[in-house]
Amino acid sequence: MLRGLGLGSAEELFDSIPSDVLLKRPLRTPAALSEVELLELFESMAAENAAARRPSFLGAGAYSHYAPTIVDSLIQRSEFFTAYTPYQPEISQGTLQAIFEFQTLVCQLAGMDVANASMYDGSTAMAEAVLMAERVTRRSRVLVSAAVHPEYLQVAETYVAHAGIELGRLEVEESSGRTALDASQLDQTVAAVVVQSPNFYGCVEDLKAFADEVHAAGALLVVVVTEAASLGLLRSPGACGADIVVAEGQSFGVPASFGGPYVGLFATREKYARQIPGRLAGVAYDKQGRRGFVLTLATREQHIRREKATSNICTNEGLIALAATIYMTTLGRRGLQEVAEQCAQKAAYARRQIAGIEGFSLPYSAPVFNEFVVRAPGDAAALLRRVAESHNVTGGLALSRYSPDRPNDFLVCVTETNKRADIDALVAGLGANAGGQ
Amino acid sequence: MTITKATTHVTQNEALVFERSQVGRRGYRLPALDVEETALDEILPAELRRDDGLEGVPELSEPDVVRHFTRISTWNYNIDLGLYPLGSCTMKYNSRLNEKVARIPGFAGLHPLAPEEDAQGALRVMYELQEHLAEITGLPGVSLQPAAGAHGEMTGVMMIRAFLDARDGVAEGGGARRGVMLIPDSAHGTNPASAHLSGFTVKTIRSTNEGLTDLEHLRELCAAGDVAGLMLTNPNTCGIFERNIKEICDIVHAAGGLVYMDGANMNALVGVARPGDMGVDVIHLNLHKTFSTPHGGGGPGSGPCCCTAQLEPFLPVPLVVKAGDAYKLDSERPQSIGRVKAFYGNFGMHLRALAYILTHGHDGLREATEAAVINARFIAHGLADTFDRPFDSPPMHECLFTDKRQTRKGVHTLDIAKRLIDYGFHPMTIYFPLIVQGAMLIEPTESVGRAELQQFIDAMKEIAREAVEDAQTVLDAPHTTRVGRLDEAAAARKPVLRWRPAEKAAGA
Repeated sequence: MLRGLGLGSAEELFDSIPSDVLLKRPLRTPAALSEVELLELFESMAAENAAARRPSFLGAGAYSHYAPTIVDSLIQRSEFFTAYTPYQPEISQGTLQAIFEFQTLVCQLAGMDVANASMYDGSTAMAEAVLMAERVTRRSRVLVSAAVHPEYLQVAETYVAHAGIELGRLEVEESSGRTALDASQLDQTVAAVVVQSPNFYGCVEDLKAFADEVHAAGALLVVVVTEAASLGLLRSPGACGADIVVAEGQSFGVPASFGGPYVGLFATREKYARQIPGRLAGVAYDKQGRRGFVLTLATREQHIRREKATSNICTNEGLIALAATIYMTTLGRRGLQEVAEQCAQKAAYARRQIAGIEGFSLPYSAPVFNEFVVRAPGDAAALLRRVAESHNVTGGLALSRYSPDRPNDFLVCVTETNKRADIDALVAGLGANAGGQ
Repeated sequence: MTITKATTHVTQNEALVFERSQVGRRGYRLPALDVEETALDEILPAELRRDDGLEGVPELSEPDVVRHFTRISTWNYNIDLGLYPLGSCTMKYNSRLNEKVARIPGFAGLHPLAPEEDAQGALRVMYELQEHLAEITGLPGVSLQPAAGAHGEMTGVMMIRAFLDARDGVAEGGGARRGVMLIPDSAHGTNPASAHLSGFTVKTIRSTNEGLTDLEHLRELCAAGDVAGLMLTNPNTCGIFERNIKEICDIVHAAGGLVYMDGANMNALVGVARPGDMGVDVIHLNLHKTFSTPHGGGGPGSGPCCCTAQLEPFLPVPLVVKAGDAYKLDSERPQSIGRVKAFYGNFGMHLRALAYILTHGHDGLREATEAAVINARFIAHGLADTFDRPFDSPPMHECLFTDKRQTRKGVHTLDIAKRLIDYGFHPMTIYFPLIVQGAMLIEPTESVGRAELQQFIDAMKEIAREAVEDAQTVLDAPHTTRVGRLDEAAAARKPVLRWRPAEKAAGA
């Protein structure tokens, strides 16, 4: 081929690169591995992840749920995973129809009118919701509950650093574990109030009460959901009066995978459709009147609006949104309810059992879905380490990771995948190790 | 016409899942509840529970679901069917081995908040990938946290903001900060959008008639004194290497700004030249382009940022570091821009990218670059007599043509693209870069052989002939797809963005 192009050597391909910036040595990366060697290497590194082999009660933004086998097998079809953004709708109808189905399912679960094709994850979806609230209201202050996932809050702080938006804080009531809405903060400068439900401590917020006060002040209510499985049982944020709903969709058939890739869900009211960030699929017809789907309302987006776009997002989480779509479709109306009810039932059982251990208590009184805070008699991180060693369970998340002033508290998450025997092992482990402070 | 790559065949019709739903069907079974049941009212009062029974959510059997998604999947073109020459998208082969790696239970089942000592394997994967990306770019500081290219751009530009504020001593609400980000008129739309999100004002640099950054204009803009930096793609979006790159970086640096490079086109450079050696301060890479992680119908992507030692303190937190034999997450970085995503980035993509680097080896990485450039040259050579080339410079990994010769007969780039579908190919990137009227940007990648490249060239030539002899056939294309050209304008005027039961009643 080189000769056909009139070139003497491969080096000549790069004649347009000045010689002083050419790399004149081989890259210092390893020599090629065969398939067998590569798998051995990765298997050996995977074996160093002891946590992946242990029954676990970790939640806090990433959840372990049953995923039907067909979810992973269908997303591995070449037609889905080796396609790109549906720029040419005539040969991308599979992707486009799946996005339209995803958008509809997200709306049904969230109780909203419009959903986009996905965001990177729940945390960036929340940050984008904050930016959108400023666009909609032209106000610059956003009040965020202190019971929002701490990493979500950190992401929002980064996103608004240069956007002229100030983030305020709503404290958590010490007895209930719910967010306290301080009416004195709700003035005419407030664009939105952001609450998570179930919140970071697992407590289900009284969203309806929030909606009335927030709307009276002319602000938007943004509801964040990190545990999407809760939508099978809890009243939808839309039914409670939310204006923007953002969620992490990882619970819907997506592996924990050390934190990603996940999928951000983003839904809002019809009247704000043109302010939504990211891609949207909509119905379109051809000359023969055949129904199809296209990416639409693109004038909001960066490739047309450039610096005036509603967001800089381009590539989103297409394949993960597809996995969530297949998950929601396979579980269906009844399955989503059954998963949610099993989570709530098993968590209720675990709560009773843990509350019965000498020295342990549950500090918050608000109702929970599948996560709750436990107060241990001593340092929680050290206790959980001992429990992992003695009883082979990862017992939860020590809150000191995010709040050094709470050394004794930890967050326990129970899903339908946690067997009774695992819960009993956790309870036994906590009881047996609590004395060794 | 002679179509060699494809033959038309029957496709299956398939309704929406909501239209297929039948009450009572199900495709799952959970184990029975194994704990004593608590009355639901005791767990959650009724006013906190759903009362809509999830109405409208479909009910299907497992075979229904498999058939549904299999049927609609067949309506997609994809890399595994062949050449997918979207310019600046790098649609290369996605190895099945890498998919297997990402699904090893010790990785797929690992919770992001597992204690560090129980997640050493995952942290090692990230650390090693960081090291390799630093070597490939010549930039030692690496964060794998950004979730996509535009996210990496935002991260990089925010790092520039943070660096300048620290260097110039501008406190919050203090004096004037450097506010201008320079961006060539040929750039991706995400560049200005990311700059805006980071609080910069965008000024556009003209391109020369060679398709390169206009140095005079750059000097002029830098002379204004308020320049924070430059965002540059190299090779640029015309597929041409910015041969003055060192001088460009010098001009920006002399003006007190930094240079951000959009790494969308790194597939032309891996193993051949390194942005760090050109004077670039910070770059994002697209693992889903250059390092072959699947595009997935529009994500997940992964957009690591690589930077100079000078910018390293400003990278997002946490960073994966090595302390003795152990890998750790380092969050104690006071100058960091903060966090751009929960957890550590799209780890599943980090696994696949590392597997790509290790299966290719250093020589294989360079060979892939060479093959990508040879393939683009082959197409450029093959079509040179048929289509207008806006710039003479030899292309790197992608080549740019226009519809100038075909428009005389009323055939435009869009029509040529749609007609390519009938010939069995995915079209190229069209109407981008914006500075070239009727642009057609073709990137074949290394994952295609000479025979298929020739088929593509033949198809393009055939379409050019049709544009003269039978323009209507081209204007009405595609003829072989399950839907024809869809009315996008009507779709945007009255958007229907979700299914509702009424749609069914309307016979849609």
